[in-house]
Amino acid sequence: MRPGVILSWALIVLVALWALVPGVFTGYDPISGVPAEKLRAPGPGHLFGTDAVGRDLFARVVHGAVHSLSGAFVAVAVGLVLGTLLGLVAGSVRGALDEIVMRVVDVLLSVPGLLLALTVIILLGPGTVNVAVAVGVGSVAAFARLARSEVVRVRRTDYVEAAFGSGGRFAAVLWRHVLPNSLVPVVALAALQFGVAILAISTLGFLGYGAEPPTPEWGLLISEGRNYLATAWWLTTLPGTVVVAVVLAASRISRSIGREDG
Amino acid sequence: MSGSARYLLSRAGQAALVLWAAFTAGYVLLQLLPGDAILIKFQNPELGLSPEQIAEIRSYYGTDGPGAYLHTLLGFLRGDFGYSIDTGTPVAERLAEGLPATAKLAGAAFALAVLIAVAVAFASCHTRLKWIRGALQAVPSLFVSVPAFWLGIVLIQVFSFRLRLVPVIGGSEVQQLLLPVLTLAVPISAPIAQILARSLDQVRAQPFVPVVAAKGASSGWILWRHVARNALPPTLTVAGLTFGELIAGSVVTETVFGRNGVGRLTEQAVNAQDTPVLLAVVVLAATVFVLVNLVVDLLYPVLDPRLRRVAA
Amino acid sequence: MSLLEVRDLTVSYARRGRWGRPHARPAVHGVSFTVEPGEVVAVVGESGSGKTTTAQAVIGLLPPNGRLDGGEILLGGADIAGWSQRRLQTVRGAQIGLVPQDPANSLNPVKPVGVQIGEALRIHRRGDRRTITRRVVELLERVGLPDPEVRARQYPHELSGGMRQRVLIAVAVALEPRLVIADEPTSALDVTVQRRILDLIDDLRAESGTAVLLVTHDLGVAMDRSDRLVVMKDGRIEERGATRAVLDAPQAAYTARLLRDAPALRAPELLFAPTSATAETSATAETSATAETARDARTPRAVPVSTRASGVEDGPREAAVVVRDLVKEYRAGGRPFRAVDGVSFEVPRGTTHALVGESGSGKTTTARMVMRLAEPTSGSVAIGGVETAGLRGARLRALRRDVQLVYQNPYGSLDPRQSIADIVEEPLRNFGLGDRPARRERVRDLLDRVALPAALLGRRPRELSGGQRQRVAIARALVPGPRVVVLDEAVSALDVSVQAQILDLLGELQRDLGLTYLFISHDLAVVRQISHTVSVMSKGRIVESGTTRQLFESPGHAYTRALLAAVPGTTARTTRAGQVTRAEQARQEVTR
Repeated sequence: MRPGVILSWALIVLVALWALVPGVFTGYDPISGVPAEKLRAPGPGHLFGTDAVGRDLFARVVHGAVHSLSGAFVAVAVGLVLGTLLGLVAGSVRGALDEIVMRVVDVLLSVPGLLLALTVIILLGPGTVNVAVAVGVGSVAAFARLARSEVVRVRRTDYVEAAFGSGGRFAAVLWRHVLPNSLVPVVALAALQFGVAILAISTLGFLGYGAEPPTPEWGLLISEGRNYLATAWWLTTLPGTVVVAVVLAASRISRSIGREDG
Repeated sequence: MSGSARYLLSRAGQAALVLWAAFTAGYVLLQLLPGDAILIKFQNPELGLSPEQIAEIRSYYGTDGPGAYLHTLLGFLRGDFGYSIDTGTPVAERLAEGLPATAKLAGAAFALAVLIAVAVAFASCHTRLKWIRGALQAVPSLFVSVPAFWLGIVLIQVFSFRLRLVPVIGGSEVQQLLLPVLTLAVPISAPIAQILARSLDQVRAQPFVPVVAAKGASSGWILWRHVARNALPPTLTVAGLTFGELIAGSVVTETVFGRNGVGRLTEQAVNAQDTPVLLAVVVLAATVFVLVNLVVDLLYPVLDPRLRRVAA
Repeated sequence: MSLLEVRDLTVSYARRGRWGRPHARPAVHGVSFTVEPGEVVAVVGESGSGKTTTAQAVIGLLPPNGRLDGGEILLGGADIAGWSQRRLQTVRGAQIGLVPQDPANSLNPVKPVGVQIGEALRIHRRGDRRTITRRVVELLERVGLPDPEVRARQYPHELSGGMRQRVLIAVAVALEPRLVIADEPTSALDVTVQRRILDLIDDLRAESGTAVLLVTHDLGVAMDRSDRLVVMKDGRIEERGATRAVLDAPQAAYTARLLRDAPALRAPELLFAPTSATAETSATAETSATAETARDARTPRAVPVSTRASGVEDGPREAAVVVRDLVKEYRAGGRPFRAVDGVSFEVPRGTTHALVGESGSGKTTTARMVMRLAEPTSGSVAIGGVETAGLRGARLRALRRDVQLVYQNPYGSLDPRQSIADIVEEPLRNFGLGDRPARRERVRDLLDRVALPAALLGRRPRELSGGQRQRVAIARALVPGPRVVVLDEAVSALDVSVQAQILDLLGELQRDLGLTYLFISHDLAVVRQISHTVSVMSKGRIVESGTTRQLFESPGHAYTRALLAAVPGTTARTTRAGQVTRAEQARQEVTR
């Protein structure tokens, strides 16, 4: 493993721990602040500084991890399960069903992800779970297309033909050869989509469709910091940097998965 | 009919089919709210609609069931997208107000994105210094990882508040466009740079490259006359795919910079549950996307002689 | 002064280790040789011998991770080893030309071929646009392409493989360099095309006195075409000398082995050369048939059975495979195209029948229809008396137990994620044969049969060499106990020494298990060693069939004769009377 990949994994593990046991990393309360300590710049007492009502920003970022990560998990799960299933069925059954599924995918791809998510939100209403589902729906097409092309590729290989040639039944060959060999790129895409989902969820949070204030969701944090651009740069810059770092780590891990199989 | 004409027709038909399906899906989803509820909304006195206007709207949304669907579809084909629930004005009017500003923003951003992508990809391909190459190769993945709304905020912070180079309010049109265009261009340049750099690398690994080198060609000659040309088609495909992201990105960019346009309109529509506006925006985005990609597809045979059909 | 003198050339490749640390892997050590003006020097070796790396180093075009660690490359006395790329650019094309390995991908697909030939002249500024256009047409004519004006405007994909290689030769000789490096110039081409291309290189050399450094894995090609020979193995030179001298009396043990293994030079029927005890009985068809009845009918001796062709009654040996009027039609752009057009043959049990042909002859499609991996448009296939048409479900799977296929490419035919044990066991699981311990036992037996150590059981395919993988593929084919094995170019992707081992293994397995082989190949030399009967295919039809001996000694059809004449090493072998042809002489005596 290369150093960059190790670093990326370390970061993801750290953020996952933030989500699971935030109390270990910070003693401050993320919701109620100390008005006397408002708008402090980053320093030894407050690593990321404090906001307009005196809440510790680092505590808010740490406690916010659970919202972003769980949302991203839901989104990836929705896209991975629905998309892979569609792609797998289309790629292994072929024929008319394949044609229909792929046209549906074409339609989904023709609408940009954010607009698709907004359409789902207008239907389901705002909220953290709805945002996660909306983002997941936006990635179904990408998973479906990749899964299908992988299945079609693997089905054309000599070893799959050889498996049929040595008496393999359809389901057995699919399970034993096609699935394991098509899955690696799909897993790589899932890792990438994890980062993309964090981006999309924070964007929707920023636009105000996700969690309600005072929830410390990352996108919402940045949105709230906008009012203090001239006076408190850290309120927007630092949470944003955390988002960038997590998304970068996810994409680095995705690439390393994709490369391992060559 | 010649082969290429048939190909053109079939591709155009496919594009039309995708658009029709996108419209229908959007229609079905967004009409889940019952029609009567929409009419009641329009009668809200706060909208300040005159009785004539309400009668007009009633005639548009008055029919139910499959008739309504056909009615709306025909309306869309004529450029009549119904009425905004939020303001009671025709959707087409509101779109027309926002479109020029968004087109200007998106057009400039796309041009800048291509410029950045080409610069990054070729620089990383051409440089001999290993660390510069590594740094340049990391640029695209950094660019896709940056949330556009945050980038916009940071740009305002740095250029408007710190350096005071760009006024927050007012300023010339170019000054006003500068930061939004940059905000929109950066995330879009990333996939283009990525695919271009990868294609350049792949093409450079092909067996015909050492053959050109064996003729005595310099590395610049090889890159510009042979490699770049072969790396173009996949790059064009990805550039076409980013057009959808341009419209989505304008939602965020226009919100951050408080600019009026289709993006801002979309954001307002979602807040107000203004389904007719959102349907129109979705169909517009899909249309732009499908048309651009149709053009890209039709360009392919021009760029790659292997795809040219032999005239029958 | 030599035209080219390479002294102590050492090249290594940088690789990344487990933790990303780079380390150098040497590829060529201390290689020295010379090329005199106008002569052909062949560098011969198997894959990984460093022959291509040597050639790349001479022209200064090592891959990006390759490094010249030491040595001198004297071109006309000047050491170009230390030259900058910019300085080397003046030498490339002008003084050294390159004919590459793979004509399919060695031309830029988006530029007309004329432009790509003219490019060599433009880079070195030889004339204006008009003179270059004229010169391009001249060059195309010189390399034997008809309608040169039309060809110049065509794109690479519009030309056949042979034509593309002619274009690439035109590129290489455009500036009349003193040295042309030909790196496996014909290994991707059909044998008849190969011969014409090699003839062309010979002609150009004779006309212009250009020296040729010919890199090849094919000893036959080297024997036929070179004046001097450099034999390489593992990055070192094993032997060097005049081609004729090396051929007649190889000094290095490795060279001797290569000569023995090279199919074209190998004694025909070496595999089936009867042991001294059975030599007499198997000499003729009649005696062989009588001997057969006496012996266990299930394990017939592997002897060329020419009974049918020579008009003698077939005796007890029934046909294991009967193919009648097989047709496969594809629709390409609305026009039907017959890939296989009325093919019929029979394969007597326990013998090998070869389908020989060049690419596009329909031989592989025929094999796939015999396997029922492709559906015939019409015609019939019977395996062991069972008609295969229309078999479905359980009965089709039962057929699959009887007929197994070994693929050409041992890299693609094994699932990269399975262990060797799982791969070989899979057919047993599919057919529900035996319980787990019994299956494992059988897998061990078979690995032993194909001479693979049991230590490989837990390995993945990528940890094995090409030859080992092909042994695994053979084990997998044999594990359900088939009676017929279809070998689709099963040894074509292997180095000659590995090829020889696999062929020996196949011969042994046939003798021991009474297997019937359908052997698909483009390589006549290999076919001659392994098969009893042969069908020669061209354009979907069988143009000639008969016993191997008949076909090779008195070919009836013009196409067969052309194929035979094109086999590399033919010229060389006929001159080696005392050596390789001993077995042939012996056989000729018996026949008389």
